[in-house]
Amino acid sequence: MKRFLPFLIVTAVALITFGSGYALYRSKQVAPGATSGVAGGIHVRGKANAAVTIEEFGDFQCPPCGTMSGVLHKLGEQYGSRLRLIFHHFPLAVHAHAGEAAIAAEAAHEQGKFWEMHDVLYKEQALWSKAPDVPALFNGYASSIGLDMERFKSDLLKPEVAARIDADQKLGTSRGVTSTPTLFVNNSVLPVAETNPTGVQKAIEAALNPPPKK
Amino acid sequence: MSNRTKNTTPSRGQIILFSIAALFCVLGLADATYLTVLALTGETAACSGQAGCQEVLGSAYARVAGIPVAAFGVAGYFTAFTCATFAAFDYPRARKFFALVVGVLFAATLWLLYVQAFVLHAFCRYCLFSAAICFLLMGLVVASPAPRVSQD
Repeated sequence: MKRFLPFLIVTAVALITFGSGYALYRSKQVAPGATSGVAGGIHVRGKANAAVTIEEFGDFQCPPCGTMSGVLHKLGEQYGSRLRLIFHHFPLAVHAHAGEAAIAAEAAHEQGKFWEMHDVLYKEQALWSKAPDVPALFNGYASSIGLDMERFKSDLLKPEVAARIDADQKLGTSRGVTSTPTLFVNNSVLPVAETNPTGVQKAIEAALNPPPKK
Repeated sequence: MSNRTKNTTPSRGQIILFSIAALFCVLGLADATYLTVLALTGETAACSGQAGCQEVLGSAYARVAGIPVAAFGVAGYFTAFTCATFAAFDYPRARKFFALVVGVLFAATLWLLYVQAFVLHAFCRYCLFSAAICFLLMGLVVASPAPRVSQD
């Protein structure tokens, strides 16, 4: 019996590790069938009649969201009028300045410059994420994209600005979003394992060229 | 590992030492499995208040050829656990493999600590836990006495 005991122990540990890892993986995954009734939002890039709509639930302080922002920007250029991008806020509590960044972006939206602020926040993410005086940096970004600074500062305090972020978060939660970035392609959630440049492009191609119905 | 040699036998101290090493490996395995699941699901909120955790796990250094670094940790810890278990059951070759695997894990740990401290300037507590396990395993390897040589 002693001869086989190490084999039994190692096999048992392997099975327990695989089993618990798989159970954890299943519990953390967004339900694959999660869909929404409406693909909408106020921050939209692209035409309403585009064949493919990608909705992103993002957090300005999340590094993978910064990477995904660049990927989506390139895909937007590549697919042109066939692709529409929608951004929803989903600032995570673990990121100290994500909420402030979302508010800054919404305040920029009040002057019609959400995407300009969106782009600069992701571009400068590494800098402001660790900066001691984040509001000063955000003011600098607002100035650099040509916002009226007095109005920007007062818009930061508007209750409707914060309410829009809350609404986005509630929408995300209702659609099973727990992490960022989470992408929905034509209302179907993109599995996390495919939330990468290749996976997103495949999803776009699949949406553009659906298999023929028999 | 199937050929057990009979000219060396582990001392009682060695058996205890390899059993402790196996337990450490299980802790490292659990930690690495958790991090692998986080990497595969993209879970970011699970770092519960640790912004540095997300910066480390979300960085380019957290993956090698698209594979989460933690997955290599799972393989490394499981191999180390297997070797430690077999070593505790008197398989001399397992002792050599165990030292080798722990050496590789230790070297990888030093590299990852360097990346966290000097490249990312952020630390992930789960990675630090794994590093602590690797240091303890290395300590056990260094402290491990040579096996006794029996006369028969």
